[in-house]
Amino acid sequence: MKPELMKLSNIFSRKNRILLRELVITDFKLRYQGSVLGYLWSLLKPLMLFGIMFIVFVHFLRFGVGIPHFAVSLLLGIVLWTFFTEATGQGMQAIVERGDLIRKINFPKYIVVISGTLSALINLCLNLLIVFVFMLFDGVDFGWSALLFPAYVALIFIFALAVAFLLSAVYVKYRDVGHIWDVVLQGLFYATPIIYPVQTVMAFNLVAAQSLLLSPIAALFQNARASLVGHDNVIVNTDIISNPWLIAVPYLVIVLTIIISTVYFRKNQRYFAERV
Amino acid sequence: MSNSKSNTAISVKDLHKSFKLPHEQNSGLKQSLVSMLRKGFKRGYENQHVLKGISFDIQKGDFFGIVGRNGSGKSTLLKLLAGIYTPDSGRIDVDGTVVPFIELGVGFNPDLTGRENVFLNGALLGFSRDEMQLMYDDIVAFAELERFMDQKLKNYSSGMQVRLAFSIAIKAQGDILILDEVLAVGDEAFQRKCNKFFEQIKSDKSKTVILVTHSMDAVRKYCNRAVLIENGALASIGAPDEVANLYVEDNLSNRSASSTVKSEGSYPAGLSDRVGEFNITSKAPGIITDGRDLIFEINYRINDDKPIYIAFSIVDLNRSGSIFDVRSATQSGRGRHTLKYKFPVSEFNNGDFMITAVLDEEETGRRIAFTNDQNSYKFAKRESANHNGGLLKSCGDWMI
Repeated sequence: MKPELMKLSNIFSRKNRILLRELVITDFKLRYQGSVLGYLWSLLKPLMLFGIMFIVFVHFLRFGVGIPHFAVSLLLGIVLWTFFTEATGQGMQAIVERGDLIRKINFPKYIVVISGTLSALINLCLNLLIVFVFMLFDGVDFGWSALLFPAYVALIFIFALAVAFLLSAVYVKYRDVGHIWDVVLQGLFYATPIIYPVQTVMAFNLVAAQSLLLSPIAALFQNARASLVGHDNVIVNTDIISNPWLIAVPYLVIVLTIIISTVYFRKNQRYFAERV
Repeated sequence: MSNSKSNTAISVKDLHKSFKLPHEQNSGLKQSLVSMLRKGFKRGYENQHVLKGISFDIQKGDFFGIVGRNGSGKSTLLKLLAGIYTPDSGRIDVDGTVVPFIELGVGFNPDLTGRENVFLNGALLGFSRDEMQLMYDDIVAFAELERFMDQKLKNYSSGMQVRLAFSIAIKAQGDILILDEVLAVGDEAFQRKCNKFFEQIKSDKSKTVILVTHSMDAVRKYCNRAVLIENGALASIGAPDEVANLYVEDNLSNRSASSTVKSEGSYPAGLSDRVGEFNITSKAPGIITDGRDLIFEINYRINDDKPIYIAFSIVDLNRSGSIFDVRSATQSGRGRHTLKYKFPVSEFNNGDFMITAVLDEEETGRRIAFTNDQNSYKFAKRESANHNGGLLKSCGDWMI
């Protein structure tokens, strides 16, 4: 019997697509079980949360004063960050959480990891809808570059998925990873220009700003924001880094992560059933 | 089967599987760091060799039984066949879609309706929505849950949940069905229905069923072939009757009497320093297949002269109750003694029996010793000619 390999043709085989869809739908159905407004909450909640943040950032904390649309840019950053933490967190837990299934049925293991990250992606899409509402409200002019936005989101998703694959496989063996990842995320949050603009760091130290943008998360977030809010208001890595190799670093990190996590996951997945 | 490959549903060749069991659970990074520092890079693993080179073929249309005692490796074998575990070495070639039911209702979610659960379960087993749609009515009808399908599973009684899960298992349109110990579910009416279904499936040559069970009745009734797994190796393969008999013998295997006598200090349950040996043995085979009577011996060793008596009873293991008990005459005198008894097994129908004995003080009636599980004697009656129910073969006469 051939072990189910992580081949692209396999991932998109009919059988696996059906299972993936069924898992994602179930997840979504269960999320709003027993609430009167049901699915409406998936839009209402971000709308209310962002309303509060918007008011706090614009009127009380005066982060990024003088940078146009910083408030919506910040909102966008937080939404993307929430997606990254959710996708990697849920993806990491996926194998262990579905341990009961894995011990009793043979199905491609990567499906549960993808399903975990897809739930986060659905959430991101809903949140983005609300962010767009705020952007219109804030008078953002969408240029042609806005068409690039989905591509950046796709890259963030792919990076999150790769990280989730690696974490989920390690998590089966070492539950410590859960705690370690929490700490790493916390550090990464402050090392990424989300609640502060890159301009602030530049004023303080240019090398520090350049180093920040070597991280794939920071680079992609800045690019994604620039594509929507306008390049004039957001610093991306090409603005402050001239060495093409250093500009490529974030993308190399992504490629490297994909390779490592694919190899590690493929090597270990056949033992999930007995270890989980 | 005379003709080749195309008739084989599953072919297993020289299958090996072992598990690494850590001596201490290293589920944390710190723990494994600590143990790594302590022992170098050698981990404290124990290699448990569960399957030691198993080979067999299952033909299409077989109703194939796998039997064996607890811990013999049959569940591991089943999980390997289902593709859940990966073998260390050896080959498993499967021709057809395998639908495994290692447990009923895997992935059932209490917050989903019965209908949603059926489709989710189906997706996990590899069926598309359309395929499930075709089976759906059948499944619901078999489970007799038509009225409840739009209710949440948490509002089902446990019997209803099991019926639904079981119906999915047996109505699933796979080529090869793997069932682990799932026969005894539901009330009597549902059991009858399942029974009928299994007899029907037995004659259906398009479906292959692999059944792991402890019920030798089920093996005899449904299977056309069976294997006995003993300590991770194939002990027997062939006709279900033979395999079932071997399994019964395997289960009844009486330990040799002397091995249970402990040298000093501790005694097994039922013994003490006053009565250091007490057991029942027989030279008869563990399974009695002919019309002979059973002669057995009760051995005991006592180290005082107080008068005692022995009483034994014969227990019917299937109906769980004593069918006969009797006490001996008063005995006295220290040392080793043996009492012989002849029991007319010829009068009995097929069944599994156990003889247990006690040793009581004559004056006070106080119990001094008894035979524990190991020291009791177990035997089975398997006369091929008799297939009637009831305990006794014949009893009484018609009065004309």
